[in-house]
Amino acid sequence: MSIKVDSELCTACESCIASCPYGGIKIVDTGETRSAVITSECNLCGACVDACPVDAITLERTEYVDKVDKSLYHGVWVIAEHFDGQIHKVAYQLLGKGRELADLLKTTLSLVLLGDEFDDKLQDFGDYGADEVLYIKSKMLKHYYSDLYVNILTEQVTEKKPEIVLIGATPTGRDFAPRLAKRLNAGLTADCTGLEVEEDTRNLRQTRPTFGGNLMATIRTPVSRPQMATVRPGIFKANKELHKKAKITTIEKKLQEKDSVTKLLKVIKKQKIQINLEDAEIIVSGGRGVGSKEGFKLIRELAEVLGAEVGGSRVTIELNWIDADRQVGQTGKTVSPKLYIACGISGAIQHLVGMQNSEIIVAINRDPNAPIFSVAHYCIVGDLHKVIPILIEEIKKIKAEE
Amino acid sequence: MKVFVCIKQVPGVSEVRIDPKTNTLIREGIPSIVNPHDKHAVELALTIKEKHEAEVIALSMGPPQAEEALREVLSMGADKAYLLTDRAFAGADTLATSHTLALAIKKLLSEKDEKDYIVICGTQAIDGDTAQVGPELAEELKIPQITYVMKFELKGNNIIVERAFRSEEVVQIETIVPVLISVLKEINEPRVPGMKGIVNAYQKKKVIRLNAEDLGADKKELGLNGSMTEVWKIFIPKRKAEKVVLTGTIEEMVQELCNNLHDDKVI
Repeated sequence: MSIKVDSELCTACESCIASCPYGGIKIVDTGETRSAVITSECNLCGACVDACPVDAITLERTEYVDKVDKSLYHGVWVIAEHFDGQIHKVAYQLLGKGRELADLLKTTLSLVLLGDEFDDKLQDFGDYGADEVLYIKSKMLKHYYSDLYVNILTEQVTEKKPEIVLIGATPTGRDFAPRLAKRLNAGLTADCTGLEVEEDTRNLRQTRPTFGGNLMATIRTPVSRPQMATVRPGIFKANKELHKKAKITTIEKKLQEKDSVTKLLKVIKKQKIQINLEDAEIIVSGGRGVGSKEGFKLIRELAEVLGAEVGGSRVTIELNWIDADRQVGQTGKTVSPKLYIACGISGAIQHLVGMQNSEIIVAINRDPNAPIFSVAHYCIVGDLHKVIPILIEEIKKIKAEE
Repeated sequence: MKVFVCIKQVPGVSEVRIDPKTNTLIREGIPSIVNPHDKHAVELALTIKEKHEAEVIALSMGPPQAEEALREVLSMGADKAYLLTDRAFAGADTLATSHTLALAIKKLLSEKDEKDYIVICGTQAIDGDTAQVGPELAEELKIPQITYVMKFELKGNNIIVERAFRSEEVVQIETIVPVLISVLKEINEPRVPGMKGIVNAYQKKKVIRLNAEDLGADKKELGLNGSMTEVWKIFIPKRKAEKVVLTGTIEEMVQELCNNLHDDKVI
């Protein structure tokens, strides 16, 4: 594998430099020629190859040599997680997407659950699209143990050989997935926001934000199986109407405390007002344009008449205008409500990646060039302090008529 | 005891902007920094050293320029710093990265086959955001891991930590050394290097470079060759095309917006 610049073809136009996320290419003037040169910061990502208008850059990939017999691997798996007896909702979202992938690949969709006392809830996964439920049952699995998850899943994956394994990108999923991948020597892509399959090669195209959400990367695992991905909660939609009759397999494990290298001392629940932005159908968010902590009163009023939750851009959290768990964006929550109203938010890409999947986006901003307008469906160029009071009155009127 | 801290030099990505006219990345003037989470890892290592007898060893895999990041960590108070740098490491995914780091740690432990060590990582890097290298490194070293740590206590060979599940749910876990932990920013406030620390970092301490050969690595397991995943495409996120720009007075715009939202059945 190597990357080369043909100095004869290169026009030193600098397109490659602008495309490189690593600063791995520069223009060198030798006195005789000016040409792009690869530097030691190059990470062989190939972004410059696509950016070059004269095809002067070539990335020679070593030919794909399969590291495993891929034909032995079949089926899409979703690994569920739970806390306090509740299945994390990302499992249902992954079943929704997993169903789509399994149908394209003409294979089965399985839900894998490690837990206890879930026996009467297993058929629910069928409603969400699972053909099979693999339930590994033990008292110990009432709680999460990193090493037990890895041991059990290694055993199951090695035996049953799924071709795709999807896991929620939660602190739990992101804890066991990498360790499992390493033990299986499998490719793993973190925190995906897009999944597609190539029907011919059966490769999974895993798209994820990188560089703080300023760039997107599509990752594949062409030479090995299984293909593993952790997927960000809130991206895919669960579908409860799939009504599959799931075949349930229960495996009982005799596990004891001494089987884990870690000991769970206690579960601490911090008393906090439950804010669940991810579940909200409508979110009204404020940004720098709100102006102050007091200014958020107006945002809250609008949220109240709409029955909405309040969110904010990163700067509003940094300035302490609202609580940190209301942050929408790359470093906050990823949301996809039916309606997202962005008030005084300019729309840095790191914010956009957290809300651009919303069904309808309304943007209110004084600056007609604000990037938020590029993702908005309805744009109001104007001062939010003047627009919102009128909007509140208008919505009240509509609600009253109904 | 040895405390290894794995750090990464990253571009200050919150500064990365896209040029809206050309739709390309603006990199110019963006400083390279020590990954913010990793500074909290260094801080924890230094507090362990202050309370117990320990040697703090910083490790980084990266291009030669990453030496700067290690200097900063030395100036905070780390005892030693190793830069794993080789063209053969380029293009590494997290599997290949964790393998390279594991080789270095094993090499630095091998003389006495020590078991008395802790590896500390930041939870994730702000450029890649994978949070995968820590757990993969723990797996290769065959030691327990605890990720998303927000509170840490070392009592003899026992470690008691608090691990975050979600913002309101935390578990307290106990395990024993050797262990790998990855830390959240909530765990501490990283110190700012003093003048003496900075002078020491440049005059008394060295950043030792190790290449693939020094690590006794098999090149098939390094960089792009050792990676299971490939970056198939990198692109700037697309923007949605269709939109309605409302016009008229504020009252008219609001009226039209409400009509539209009502038609869309969202209000």
